[in-house]
Order: sequence, then structure tokens, then C-alpha cells
Amino acid sequence: MNFGFSLSPSSAVNLDKIDLSLYHKMEEIEPDVRICIGCGSCSATCTGQPFSGMSLRKVILAIQRGRENEAREMLSGCMLCGKCTMVCPRGINTRHLILSMCRYWDGEDHGYNLMNEVEVKI
Amino acid sequence: MIYQGKQKIWSDYQKEIPSDHWFYARSCIRQSFFPGAEKYFMVICKDLLGKDIFENAHHTTCGGISYHSDTIPQETVMTIVARQFALMTEAGYKNFVCSCITSFGNYTEILETWREFPELEAKIRENLWKACRREFEKPEYVAHASDLVYKFRNDIAERAKFRLVNKETGEPLRVVEHIGCHYSKMFPHKGVGGAEYPCVLSGMAEAWGGQVIDYPERRHCCGFGFRQYLVKANRGYSLSNTHKKFESMEPYHPDLIITNCPGCPYFLDRWQYVISEMTGKTYGENGYGIPALTYEELAGLVLGYDPWDLGLQFHQVAIEPLLDKIGIEYDPAKKYLGLNEKEIMKPALPSVMKCC
Amino acid sequence: MATEQSPKVSTPRDIRKEERAQRKAQRQGADAAPERKLEQVIIIGGGIAGMEATKQLLSLGYRPVLVEKEDHLGGHVASWNRLFPDMGDAQAIISTLREEIMDATIYLSTEISFCNRLRDGYNVMLSNGVNVLARAILMSTGFTLFPAAKKEEYGYGVYDRVITNADLENWFNGGDDHRIPSSPKAVGFVHCVGSRDLKAGNPQCSKVCCITAIKQAIEVKEKFPEAEVYCFYMDLRLFGKKYEDFYIRAQRDFGIHFIRGRVSEVSETINGSVQVKAEDTLSGRPIKVVLDMLVLMAGIVNNPDNAGIAKQLSLETDTDGFLRSADNILSITESPRKGIFLAGACTGAKTVPETVAEARSAALSIHNYLKNLQ
Repeated sequence: MNFGFSLSPSSAVNLDKIDLSLYHKMEEIEPDVRICIGCGSCSATCTGQPFSGMSLRKVILAIQRGRENEAREMLSGCMLCGKCTMVCPRGINTRHLILSMCRYWDGEDHGYNLMNEVEVKI
Repeated sequence: MIYQGKQKIWSDYQKEIPSDHWFYARSCIRQSFFPGAEKYFMVICKDLLGKDIFENAHHTTCGGISYHSDTIPQETVMTIVARQFALMTEAGYKNFVCSCITSFGNYTEILETWREFPELEAKIRENLWKACRREFEKPEYVAHASDLVYKFRNDIAERAKFRLVNKETGEPLRVVEHIGCHYSKMFPHKGVGGAEYPCVLSGMAEAWGGQVIDYPERRHCCGFGFRQYLVKANRGYSLSNTHKKFESMEPYHPDLIITNCPGCPYFLDRWQYVISEMTGKTYGENGYGIPALTYEELAGLVLGYDPWDLGLQFHQVAIEPLLDKIGIEYDPAKKYLGLNEKEIMKPALPSVMKCC
Repeated sequence: MATEQSPKVSTPRDIRKEERAQRKAQRQGADAAPERKLEQVIIIGGGIAGMEATKQLLSLGYRPVLVEKEDHLGGHVASWNRLFPDMGDAQAIISTLREEIMDATIYLSTEISFCNRLRDGYNVMLSNGVNVLARAILMSTGFTLFPAAKKEEYGYGVYDRVITNADLENWFNGGDDHRIPSSPKAVGFVHCVGSRDLKAGNPQCSKVCCITAIKQAIEVKEKFPEAEVYCFYMDLRLFGKKYEDFYIRAQRDFGIHFIRGRVSEVSETINGSVQVKAEDTLSGRPIKVVLDMLVLMAGIVNNPDNAGIAKQLSLETDTDGFLRSADNILSITESPRKGIFLAGACTGAKTVPETVAEARSAALSIHNYLKNLQ
């Protein structure tokens, strides 16, 4: 029956129900991701951020909250300039993190090809 | 759950409720939602317990519904409330009891506001005089009608013909208590038991033999939320909040819900039907819903009044399974007979939720 | 546990006699130092501040009289287990301090009955009937932990699985606590319980809870490596020596999750666990998690017992509810009243090393004050 309104989906994150396997993969690839303090300097300095909404801080957080699609979408705005690596106060190798995540996703063959042409050498 | 911990908090939030001589103000919407509730409040208090509860046909809405729907200036609401107090004063009463939770919140908020801003009170007195040449005394005690029933809960239990017990198993019925938001969330000390663990309804349920369920979303709003329901564009939001509550209470298999607000029993009742139509899901046993009753209706039931006289046919969720569980007799043929014993219209049956 | 020292009681007459002898010796040009050792200083409160000050006053040649209302010395630290930043043993600190003040007069289970001001000192009557005269009093009366039950929405004392930081330390110390499950899958810490909370009557930061939460989160993770551990914080205030290192360790080595958002409400679930709601403010989304144990970081608030003594000594409270210092920068250990000194958490939240340093500073202030009186 159409009442002209419907149940709204909840935006709440259920920490005990989310899938953290991707985050654990990320920890494996780049353990320093754990020490992110969410300061936002990576996003503030990001070349892509103002035009594409790319924010590495948010990418990490999205993965920590089990929101993989959001993270992938955002990460596609990365231009690999490396400014975030320079600015991170915790010294996280953000470039390694980004490239590794892209490689991981590419390996899954989701047709996600942002980094296909980039030769990854760390 | 550490019951003594709750009792300790309850002892911090005891409110003085005089046992007699009250001026009663009805709700503007309950008469059309569950008309038996207010009637049986009077029957129980006046006829059964012999209390002096006075009402005056000239009283109006308290204005709270428009205030909380953002459609009326506060000074106007205050002037309406001042007129209610004037009617109380003229009738020679000092204790003011109201049927509606939002009214209770409204009266309490206005009295507190006047206490903080006496110049505003003076202005309202002037408004009232200009508008209708009336004057008023502020009530000595303001109570919600559920405060009174809470106070009389043991008197009711003594006279009860039924207890909230499953007659087959002998187990106490599992009762969800839902407190209207405007009861004590604004002024925790004005409600029996405070705001976090109010005991006004749980006290009744326990006194009448039930077992209260403490489920995670017990504090959550019923979903009415005034504008959230009244504006159709927001209605899904209203429904979603109710849905959240039912999802949270479902694992506890409640037998009934007891409420003390005009909107809560209405939305907890009607939205069960809407949710069942939208999602195919029902929350009661065997495809039925969970009956959501007002505390007056529940008091009436345990006291042995006829379910149809109490107006329980006005509920969307069928009440019969609960009546059977308690062992209350009823005549199914009389469900849709009016006071004059003539057939009133029968509602159409929902496509998912079972009704009798 | 300290044993009660045999009281070395001085009557007012004795003191006056001693003082007369002292002054006489000074007039005669004799070395006054040995006599000055006889001067009594009253220290109210036998926590770490009182103990450290006692120790310093002993070595400066005074006769400190330490009064403690509990039946043991050490205050809050005595019931703690390990201390940040080096996970030192709290009991060892108390034992060390206790040994160093063996020569002082210590009254346990004793309170101040009344005190009144004399022309050049104070007369203090103790609940054990002993009367002490002194020209200097040190208030080291400490703090109380915020009563966590006051935050009703967190359900302390109502829900089975909600405990406080103090309860957890007690359990670390080998105490029994049925609220702590044997193998929790998820544990949460709520920072700022009764701190930075105007509505709870305490707008101040309690300073030590952030680092204590991190310390305890690590300890819980050590005990229960399988558990996910969450810290719900408003800000992480990690100002102290090596605190940031602790934080990095908690994140990197223990995988503790830090969620910036104040817990709004706690409910019990059907199996007796607790459901916690907060906002993950960094993502702007509401967050919900079911935990097997929730630890409330009860903050540091003014000790209400101070009010009585403060009134008798005409001490004022500062706008934060703690005792007021003569100056909050240069004279934190001096009260505005002559001869009354302050040390430790009676003037506000402090860490253990800060308290110890302040107690030493107070002892020196007392020494200088008494020296200048002569």
C-alpha cells in the first residue's frame, strides 16, 4: 500500500555489525593507518579535495566504519601528488596507503581502474 | 539490571501529589483518539475512589499542540493557560491535573518561565484581563493524571478483578511502559521517578501484577513529534522512529504497551498497522500487533469494566488476544455497537496484521 | 597499611615553653637549628600530597602532625594499581612514602573537630581528643571522584556491566567484581564523566582521565586480547610527559579505537550487555555499539568534606569549586590566609607527579613562612 511516505533508512553506524575485513586488510598493508588522529591536514593540503571531495582522513574513517563504497568513490579523486605524505604529523606513508588500496581494489577486478596506468613503485 | 539502583534514583525523584480536590483539564485530542480513557479516569477517581475531581466545560485546549507544532507565539499559549488557571481559581481549586502530557509539560514550562521572568507573568495577567476580564491564582500543585493514578495504583490493585498475569501460565505479563516526552524530559524533578527511569507507569504495571520490560530504546520518542507527523513530507521520519522502537522491543515479546500521552498510544497503535502494510512485519504473537493502551484503559481493564465500554475497539491493534490472555470476558458481538446498542460501522481489515 | 604511630602529644603549654626556649636560645646567640625541629606543622589529609609534604617537613627539621580520616594513608593512589606513564606500581609509591615518614606523628581515622585562630597560629582539635597548636597548617585534603551514578543516562549502579575507572583499578588490584565479564568481546571507555559538564556541576577538565582511560584501555586489551576496545572522547588532552607516546602505542600496538563523540545514552540489552550511543563526530554519523563492559572515567571534583574545615579556617573556594590559592600562578601553594598552605588536588585536578612536586613546594613555602616569622 502506498501511504505517500515510507520508512527512512538509518544513517547510524552499528560498530558491532559492520564489516571490518577491509580495514584489517588496510592495517596489514600499512599498519601506520592505525595511528591516524583524524587531524585533517591531509585533506587540507590535498590537490584533489576542493574539486573532487577527496579526503584521505575521510577515506580512512569510512573504511574504519565499514563504508567501502564511499571510500572508493572518494579515493578516485586522488591525484597522487604526495602532499599528504609530506604534511602528516604522524608520519603515515599516505602515498603507500593510497596506492596499496588502489592495487588491492584493482586486484579484485571490480572494473575500478583509476590506477591502472600508474606504475606502482614505492 | 540492578533493581535497587533504579529504586535509589526513584527515591530522588518523588513528587508531592495531594490525594484529593483537583481541577481536571482534558486533552484536546484524546477525546477523538481513545474516548474511553478520560471518561474512565473520572469514573475511577470519582465514582470508585470517591475523589473530588472537578471539570468545567468552558476550558479549551492548552495551546501546547500548536506551540510544539511551531504555529503559535508563546505569549498566546501563556494567555490560554492563564485562562485555564482562571477557571480553576473561579471554581475554588488549587490543584490542577491535566489529561495530556504535552499540556503537563506546557503548564510546567510556563510556570517555570514565570518564576524566572515575573515581568512576563505580569504581562500575561494583563493580556488575560484585556481579553476576557479574568484573573487567576497559580496552582499550588500541577500533576498529570497519570501521577494521580500512580498515587492510587495500590487502591486500584486492591479493587482489581484481574491482574496482569497470563492466566494459562501464571506468568506476569511483559509490559512495555512508554512515557510521553513532555512528561519529565524537560523538568526531570516534575515527574515521578525522573526522566531516565520514570516509574509513573512502571509503578502501575508492577502494582497490577505485570513485569516491566526495559528495552534499549525505551527512552525513544514514540515517533509522533508533532511536525514530524503533521507535515506529510516528514511523516516517514515519524514512522521510522516508531519502527525503531518496535524493532528494539521485539526480542522481549511484550504482551502490551502502556502509555501516558495522547500521541504515544495513537502512534504506537496505528503505525503498527502502517509498518505491517509496508514491510509485512507484525510485532505481536501469531500475526497480531502489540496492544498499546492508555493507563486509564488498563486501569479500567484490571478493575473489570467492559472492554467495549472502555473504548478498546477504537484501537487498530486487536485487543482480544490480550483479553484472552488475562481472562477478561467480552462479547465479540458487541464490539461495534454504539452506546445506543445500534451497530456502528465496522473498520475494513488490514491486509497483513491480524485483527479480530 | 600503615600502623598508627603512638601519639606524640604536645599540650599548648609545652609549645609555648618550647618556643620561649627557642627564642631565648636565639637571643643568646646559640645555634637555634636543633630547637626549631620541635615546631609542629599540621597536615590535614594523608594522601600523596600530605605524605610528601610530611616527608619534606621532617627533613627540614619540623615535627609534622599528619591527620588522615581514613584508616590508611595514601588516599586515592593507595587504591590504584599501576600509574602512567611508566606503569609504575602505585602501592610501591605509597610504601616508599610511608617508610620515609615513620618519624612523623600520624593520626589515622581521625578528623578535624574544629579549629580556631590564635594570635600567631592555630588551635586544632582532633576527633581523637588530641589538641594541636601550630603556626602553619597544610591543607592536603584532596578530591573526590565524581559520583558516576549522577550521570543517570550512563546507568552506573543500574546496569550490570557499567563500572568506573576506580572499580577497574580495584579489580586490577585483585579485587572481586562480578560486573567484569570473563571474556568480553567489546569494552568501551567513556571519557569526561562528570568533567567538562556544566549540567553535572563541573565545567572543569579533570586532566588525568584521558591518559588514565588510555592506560586502562591498554591494560584491558592486555588482559583480553580478543576484545575490541573503544574510547569515546570529546578531546584527547594528553599534555604530560610521554602521554602522547602512550596514545600512539594504544593505537598502533593495541588497535584501540578512538571515537570522537560523547556518549549520549547507555541501555541494557536483552542479554545484559550494554548498548552505547554516541555521535562519531569525525564522520558526522550517529554510532551505536553493544559492549560487554563499559568503564566510566569518573572525573575529579572538589572534596565536599573540605567545606567544613575551609569554613572554620575562613578559606574561600575558587570559581571552580576547589580551594582558592593566594595566586594561581606564583603562589598556588599558599592560601590567602596567613599560615595556611595548600597542596595537591584540593586546589584542582592534578597528576601524581604534579601533586608530589606541589607538596614539596608547599613544604618549602611553610619553611620560609615560619623562618620569616622569627
